[in-house]
Amino acid sequence: MIYLDHSATTKPDPAVLQTFIQANERFYANPASLHQMGVEANTLLSRSREQIADIIKTSPLQIIFTSGGSESNNFAIKGLARANKHRGKKILVSAIEHASVLESAKALENEGFIVEYVNVDENGVILIDDLKKKLTKDTVVVSIMHVNNEMGAVQPVSEIAKIVHQNSRAFYHMDAVQSFGKIPVQFNGEDGPDAITVSGHKINCLKGTGFLALRKQVKIQPIIHGGGQEMGFRSGTVAVPQDVALAKAVRLATEKQPQKAAQYSKWRDELHEFFKQFPYVRVLSSSQGAPHIISCAVQGLKGEILVNAMQHEGIIISTSSACSSKDHTISHVVKAIQVEPSYEKGVIRMSLGEGISDEDIASFKTAFSKVMHQVKEF
Amino acid sequence: MKWHEILIRYGEITTKGRNRKLFINRLKENLRYTFADIPNLRIRSERDRMYLSSNVDTEMEELIERLPHIFGIHSFSPVAQCEPTIEAMKELAVEIVKGMDYKGKTFKVNAKRSFKKFPMDTYELQQAIGSHVLGTLPGMTVQMKKPDIELRVEVREKAVYMMVDVIHGAGGLPIGSNGKALLLLSGGIDSPVAAYYMMKRGVRVEAIHFFSPPFTSDQSLGKVKELCEKISRFGGNIRLHVIPFTEIQQTIQSSVPENVTMTSTRRMMMKVADIVRKEIDAKAIVTGENLGQVASQTLESLAAINDVTTTPILRPLITFDKLEIIEVAQKIGTYETSIRPFEDCCTVFTPANPKTKPRVEKMNYYESFTNFDEMIEKAVKNREIHTFPKKKTDEFLDLL
Repeated sequence: MIYLDHSATTKPDPAVLQTFIQANERFYANPASLHQMGVEANTLLSRSREQIADIIKTSPLQIIFTSGGSESNNFAIKGLARANKHRGKKILVSAIEHASVLESAKALENEGFIVEYVNVDENGVILIDDLKKKLTKDTVVVSIMHVNNEMGAVQPVSEIAKIVHQNSRAFYHMDAVQSFGKIPVQFNGEDGPDAITVSGHKINCLKGTGFLALRKQVKIQPIIHGGGQEMGFRSGTVAVPQDVALAKAVRLATEKQPQKAAQYSKWRDELHEFFKQFPYVRVLSSSQGAPHIISCAVQGLKGEILVNAMQHEGIIISTSSACSSKDHTISHVVKAIQVEPSYEKGVIRMSLGEGISDEDIASFKTAFSKVMHQVKEF
Repeated sequence: MKWHEILIRYGEITTKGRNRKLFINRLKENLRYTFADIPNLRIRSERDRMYLSSNVDTEMEELIERLPHIFGIHSFSPVAQCEPTIEAMKELAVEIVKGMDYKGKTFKVNAKRSFKKFPMDTYELQQAIGSHVLGTLPGMTVQMKKPDIELRVEVREKAVYMMVDVIHGAGGLPIGSNGKALLLLSGGIDSPVAAYYMMKRGVRVEAIHFFSPPFTSDQSLGKVKELCEKISRFGGNIRLHVIPFTEIQQTIQSSVPENVTMTSTRRMMMKVADIVRKEIDAKAIVTGENLGQVASQTLESLAAINDVTTTPILRPLITFDKLEIIEVAQKIGTYETSIRPFEDCCTVFTPANPKTKPRVEKMNYYESFTNFDEMIEKAVKNREIHTFPKKKTDEFLDLL
């Protein structure tokens, strides 16, 4: 099997698993306990927090461990909006956000917040003029993802940050679930986001790991209340082994990032070139996009058929995204980038990650040609 | 940007007369000791300046980060150096400013010539260098008063020094230049701050801690050790004397009236400390006591406690407000450790209504029925001694 669905999830790195097991064996005490074992677990937890804070450039006390991307996104949108509601009632999100952002924002409508959507162009990049138009003085949260999960568009983060910070008092939350480890993710003062979501299982860590990072001085309101763990921002006994494993995965992903990005871009460009020979295939991802996501649409076919056919050839790919693949409606991202109707059901996504070789890419091409021959050229 | 060296300006040392050299050598030794983990460090001292350098960039960065904690330094500046020619100066000035975030900033050149025979005077120098920098790197405007970037140029006979940042040092005197004292370290907020102020005045500090297992836990001792580790960052090593105090404390509970147990405990601590002080040849005892904070800190209490010794007991925080102490504790990084909630020797046996005005004669009378001296001697003999900073072993490294 050749696994080309790394944007859905990744295989845990053996070194990260090793850390997880060792931490479970040696430091299983509750880090809130007074006794020596608790103190040790807490020291290890603090070190993990510091390691991540150093990499992402904020203070350790602004790193809040969560259960993953969806929780971090919920926390960011709801927590920032509620804690700062005196600043305004408007929430701005891009039209191509992950469901956990869109639904969190929508849920806040019940509390009197107003949600507006920033449109994107055909490459999935937000329309800056639309952002400027919709960003008003009473905007409290702007949430625009770094890299889109379905077609890999990269947003102009620092431009967005500048616009948001210069023209409003809003906080800019960036969902970096798909970008972390593929392109550099960091706070950057006024020229960067105020909150960043990262998920562990997308960077070869375990499912159920992740964090929300806040820029220094940014205030947030908890959504999980209780014993006051995680500086009072997320109660519940802290999953020390998971968080240590995450700190390691974050370090490894950051160290490998430049080399991996170069490698993935090469393969992405190669595949973009390859798809040109099929007149009925339209490439949706762009060469300006993220290095690891390639998406395309096949005219008049359902994505599901292609996924099955490719699987038959030993290659795992997905329809637009794993989260939306089970309902049969057309993805909101595909709608937002205005794919022609004859193509919009036939979207597939190949996402690259650890362990892929040049041979695998070659095998993909052979298999894809074969499948096209079966389903289109018979 | 590669800095050639770091220029250090002495603090109060410069007011010293004939023994100035002693102070400078002490500072030099302290720097060597504190930066023992920086292998390529070179130190060169002159009468009114000291220069640190290393040929490794990361080491220079580390020096710049750690220098603000060292006492005896008024301020320091990372310095670049060039030949005393105007061409070399122009070139270096551009290189320095280029490494900064200069666009849209205000700028000024401030030149000094201690080598008066240099062909150009200060004014000409400033103009020549300034116009060259502005011409090469557009986007800056000149401003004489409070510019964002002030490029200081110092022309000496053999070299020219250039710098843009003046970073404030910790001030004070080099640790050790004013002898040694013994600090009573409980683990609370005050004593580390007292240590800081003594060290700032050049006093080398050793610490004494009273440990009463099982009433006080290993964590409470761990906290004290961590505080020693933190205090040792301000230069010089610190020895911690841990006194087994359980027996004495229990005897006090059973032999003196309840409302003066606290006073008696303090008196015994002072006696123990005084013996240790003599052994280590320290000249004074230091406490974090502060007037009126708790029952033991009334003037009457202090007098009753002080009565057991003639050694000077220094109380640098005596007039501070609690909030002022907390502020300093936060600044020097000991606050977070100090407020961890472990029982210490002062909080375990607290009487409900301690006497705020104990009388010396009565204290002597109450204590006269028990032979404390023997117990004290035994406690001093059985003390454990730890040295800080400890060599670090990182047991988490393989996990992270």
